[in-house]
Amino acid sequence: MITLKDINKKFESEGRTVEAVKNVNLQIKDGEVFGIIGYSGAGKSTLVRCINLLERPTSGEVFLDDVELTALKASELRKERKKIGMIFQQFNLFASRTIYQNVAYPLKHSGLSKAEKKKKVEELLELVGIADKAGNYPSQLSGGQKQRVAIARALANDPKILLCDEATSALDPQTTHAILKLLKELNKKLGITVVLITHEMDVIKEICDRVAVMEDGKVVEEGDVFTVFASSQQKITRKFVDTTSNLSKIHQLLEEHAEITNIKPGECIVKFKYLVRSASEPLVSTISRQFQIDVNIIFGNVELIGSEPIGGLVSILSGKPEDIENALNYLRDKNVGVEVILDARVR
Amino acid sequence: MQEFVNTYFPNLVEKLPDFYESILQTFEMVIRSGIISLILGTLFGIILVVTKKGGILQNSVVFQIVDKVINVFRAIPFIILLTLVMPISRSIMGTAIGVDGAIVPLIFGTVPFFSRQIESALSEVSPGLIEAAESMGNSKIEIILNVYFRESIPQIARAISITIISLIGLTAMAGAVGAGGLGDFAIRYGHDRNETDITLATVVILVVLVSIVQLLGNLIAKKNTH
Ligand SMILES: Nc1ncnc2c1ncn2[C@@H]1O[C@H](COP(=O)(O)OP(=O)(O)OP(=O)(O)O)[C@@H](O)[C@H]1O
Ligand SMILES: [Mg+2]
Repeated sequence: MITLKDINKKFESEGRTVEAVKNVNLQIKDGEVFGIIGYSGAGKSTLVRCINLLERPTSGEVFLDDVELTALKASELRKERKKIGMIFQQFNLFASRTIYQNVAYPLKHSGLSKAEKKKKVEELLELVGIADKAGNYPSQLSGGQKQRVAIARALANDPKILLCDEATSALDPQTTHAILKLLKELNKKLGITVVLITHEMDVIKEICDRVAVMEDGKVVEEGDVFTVFASSQQKITRKFVDTTSNLSKIHQLLEEHAEITNIKPGECIVKFKYLVRSASEPLVSTISRQFQIDVNIIFGNVELIGSEPIGGLVSILSGKPEDIENALNYLRDKNVGVEVILDARVR
Repeated sequence: MQEFVNTYFPNLVEKLPDFYESILQTFEMVIRSGIISLILGTLFGIILVVTKKGGILQNSVVFQIVDKVINVFRAIPFIILLTLVMPISRSIMGTAIGVDGAIVPLIFGTVPFFSRQIESALSEVSPGLIEAAESMGNSKIEIILNVYFRESIPQIARAISITIISLIGLTAMAGAVGAGGLGDFAIRYGHDRNETDITLATVVILVVLVSIVQLLGNLIAKKNTH
């Protein structure tokens, strides 16, 4: 378990002080995939680099299980660092070494025999699916392949934790997906804790169990991914959530006065959002039957987080004003987020 | 061949033993001062890289001192340096003339240049690699040896060849103050006695030397670039 207590990090540069991380408290549990999302400059990298003390916090404590990393001597810290693997956006492979040598590099002083090292490296290369490239140099590999090598190298010392600083930001969507899948597999197979920085909500959605949202050096929201998606408390979180669904597109359509938004008197456009794990109920047919209203779905976006459906619908409702109102109240009772976007009901 | 030499290098033929002696002296000066300069320059180069802002052993006092001292010595023309360091040369080598007397000024002339070369070679190593090595639990010395040096072998090979070439040039200049070697040989006969063929022969040898060094440097650099 990683525990961050009151972490602050200030940078002094050219007489100016930048508070990159402000008062962050976090606990990352063993075996989870923990995402950190935020815009550029939010302090994500700085925070994660505080975990293995590549960056020493200005104040605060970092614990790995019961060991306070911030209190260790340099030589002890180096030993603890071997329990924390790290991968980077730019892969950071040693260009002068072959793939095999790159992966073998962290084993230099491991005390393993030559044969044991060889076995270990081959296993790792197999694990990340790149055994056939052992003799190549990094410059001969694609980005996705390089990241696989970097992952294998980060795993060489059997770490308990893998820190990923935008590990997929330099990759195309397909490769991103493949690397994320690999990370999830490793998490499942080896039980390794993964801490993952990204600025894409899709990445969070795809593999994270919990997420922290960072803004301006602070963690402004934190929780399990479903909850954060379904009922974000912060504006910035909602902005991130919106990037992964097309529900917010309705606002754009309204601005553009798209055909579909020309509603008749008596109608209204409503956005429904599943806030709790409830999308399995036949809500649409229920309201149209029970309240005698028509529900015309303009578009929808329902997908799975883990095995839970999440998302929502944008629909045009038509019917008697009081029936519509009752239907909306019924949905609110069922914990569906209801937002009337355009109202042409006649009262 | 013999005939060719006899016709076109009449003066040289007479002084062949002297000529060979000069070549050996040049070699001796380059090798003796070269080895020491490369060691010292590497040391100062690495000090500059690790102590500069953001370096793995950041230390602005050490950095500023080394940086400024190097600048001062680089600013002094070698011909002035030759006489300037004579007292030091006398106290270390016991003499300020001949091959022995040339070693100290050659070192003073070469170390600052090579330090800068090493500094710029090592600076090309991406900070990301240093960070990766740190995250793996590498010590500073491991980072210096296994990352900084290992990753910049091609640049270092080029730096060494450029430095040796410049050192060969300096030895020729050192000849002017009686250090011996090819430079001295060319001045004594080629210039003072106007025996042009001597000057020409010296130049040919120097060009060949420089080319070989350059070639070797490029070869090593190429072999180590992946
Ligand atoms: N070594 C440093 N010196 C000075 N300022 C720094 C340093 N490192 C980071 N900062 C500043 O701290 C703030 C947070 O930077 P950080 O790299 O942690 O952001 P980030 O969330 O990772 O952004 P990105 O998504 O662009 O990687 C920024 O304002 C940055 O300029
Ligand atoms: Mg970053």
